[in-house]
Amino acid sequence: MSRHQRLLFSLLAVVLALTGTGTAIAAPRLNIEITGGIEAAQPIAIVPFGVSEGLIPPVDVASVVSADLARTGKFKPMPTRDMLDMPTSREAVDFRDWSLLGMNNLVIGQIEPDGTGFRVSFSLYDVFRGEELTSETLVSSKSGMRHTAHRIADLIYEKLTGQRGVAATRIAYVTSSGSGDSQTVTLRVSDSDGDQPQTIVSSSEPIMSPAWSPDGRRIAYVSFENRRAAIYVQELGSGRRDLVASYPGINGSPAFSPDGRRLAMTLSKDGSPDIYVLDLTSRQLSRVTDHFAIDTEPSWSPDGQHLIFTSNRGGSPQIYRMPASGGPAERISVEGDYNARASYAPDGRSIAMVTRINGEFRIGVLDLERRLTRLLSSGNLDESPSFAPNGSMVIYATIHGGRGVLAAASVAGGGNQRLSQDSGQVREPAWSPFMQ
Amino acid sequence: MPRFPSKLFPLLAILCAGLTAAGCASTPPDAPQANANATIGSLPGSQTSTAGLESTRPTYAGPWEDPTNALYKRTIYFDYDSSEIKPEYVVVMRTHAAYLGSKAGTKVTLEGHTDERGTREFNLALGDQRAEAVRRVMIADGVRPEQIATLSYGEERPADPGHGEPSWRLNRRVVIQY
Repeated sequence: MSRHQRLLFSLLAVVLALTGTGTAIAAPRLNIEITGGIEAAQPIAIVPFGVSEGLIPPVDVASVVSADLARTGKFKPMPTRDMLDMPTSREAVDFRDWSLLGMNNLVIGQIEPDGTGFRVSFSLYDVFRGEELTSETLVSSKSGMRHTAHRIADLIYEKLTGQRGVAATRIAYVTSSGSGDSQTVTLRVSDSDGDQPQTIVSSSEPIMSPAWSPDGRRIAYVSFENRRAAIYVQELGSGRRDLVASYPGINGSPAFSPDGRRLAMTLSKDGSPDIYVLDLTSRQLSRVTDHFAIDTEPSWSPDGQHLIFTSNRGGSPQIYRMPASGGPAERISVEGDYNARASYAPDGRSIAMVTRINGEFRIGVLDLERRLTRLLSSGNLDESPSFAPNGSMVIYATIHGGRGVLAAASVAGGGNQRLSQDSGQVREPAWSPFMQ
Repeated sequence: MPRFPSKLFPLLAILCAGLTAAGCASTPPDAPQANANATIGSLPGSQTSTAGLESTRPTYAGPWEDPTNALYKRTIYFDYDSSEIKPEYVVVMRTHAAYLGSKAGTKVTLEGHTDERGTREFNLALGDQRAEAVRRVMIADGVRPEQIATLSYGEERPADPGHGEPSWRLNRRVVIQY
């Protein structure tokens, strides 16, 4: 095919794919697999929830809650088959039995009809003291039952750890299948466990670098549709999108400021790749770095005061920090000859990045106070780290069995999982903020 | 359209030589097979078919698609993590620069690519620098700046999808796209 034929085809493919962006398209789900590190986890029993006579809930709430808690690496839910008794009310609970089974905590619950939906109540107990720790009732639509189960998991997690849970958050990621001119690239959003995936953009040309707005309602990304790089900001609810950058050269690395009003990005329109900040309201673009070397991959500090970015101005790619309004940049990565794609932990005390060790690309977390890097991954082409909004885990892209998959690791150690598709490649995960 | 078996050529040549008056040579190359059983002249019991010669010269959008043309080489390969042009590719760029210099209306896009090692956005920047390096040389060689656009794909469109140096060396490249 000539270049123009190909151009025509790719335009057509994008147009077809984008027809009716208002409704996201259901996509094949990500399979999740726990790959280790649950030995130190706390034993907890999530008893199958009682269901009112004749009611058929669309989701097994207790099993979703168990899976969510297991994924955190901090809990080891008891398999249902090991339970001697399945109480659904406080009166039916014998704490001595659960204590003998080695459980620290117990969760029971009930599902009742509520109009066309459901009323889901649960109670969390301290088994040793025989005390109720919390008890709540949530109202759910039929289609919202999985989300309700995730919220219950988060309430239990928060009560027991003091940290907000992330089961009810989402992940965005890029998939591809086929190659060359026949490839299909999609940008998808799923629940944090890979369930309920939906395609929000599909193209025959590359899609890159999804980034969430702080309110979780928009995603910025790079698309090569029309055979040029451009940055779009897409509203998840409506599917409507805005073209925000389409300059000659690179249009890459979008990153929302913590207030959601500005978008940092990499452009090479003025020569070499540099960092720019676009005010999304006034559309005013300002350049914040000006160096003949490569400056890219900007990420905002949680207080919005600083930007960190990758630059090879010193010879090799390293992480630098500068005031978001511009000014001098200081190098903050200390070891190694390749450190890139850094992003702040939600508390601002550490950064996750890609670091090269003996020729292998791994995910590292650099403690900014102690200046120590700890490795979270063990692959050789690991990339695109993204913190969970509570800072407990980092999701990243890795190669497994020759295919691109996602993996998540607990920052404290002791919890790993892998998310893959039945076919095709998965890459560039971006963990959403907390959803309102 | 099917090609004629080559052993038919001498026969066709003889037939054509004798039947030029019948319009053999002017039969269009894509004439349908409908006249395959047409009876020619009045030779009793003789069934003769004629066909024009199919052009064996492929059609190209431009000389850069012709494998026998020097412009066919359109890829410049790079070392790992480098946007420095290696001496063996200077002639490739000069050839295209000379052609573009003589064809002011012709435009090209320099597509920069990298292998999969390193982060995607850094590779996007590296692909941009590779395309820029080629652009600078071609402009120095007389190509007008408005004839050249650059587009970096980073590691997003590998020429070879494998995960090892034999694949990677093919992926670190700039392609001159007409």
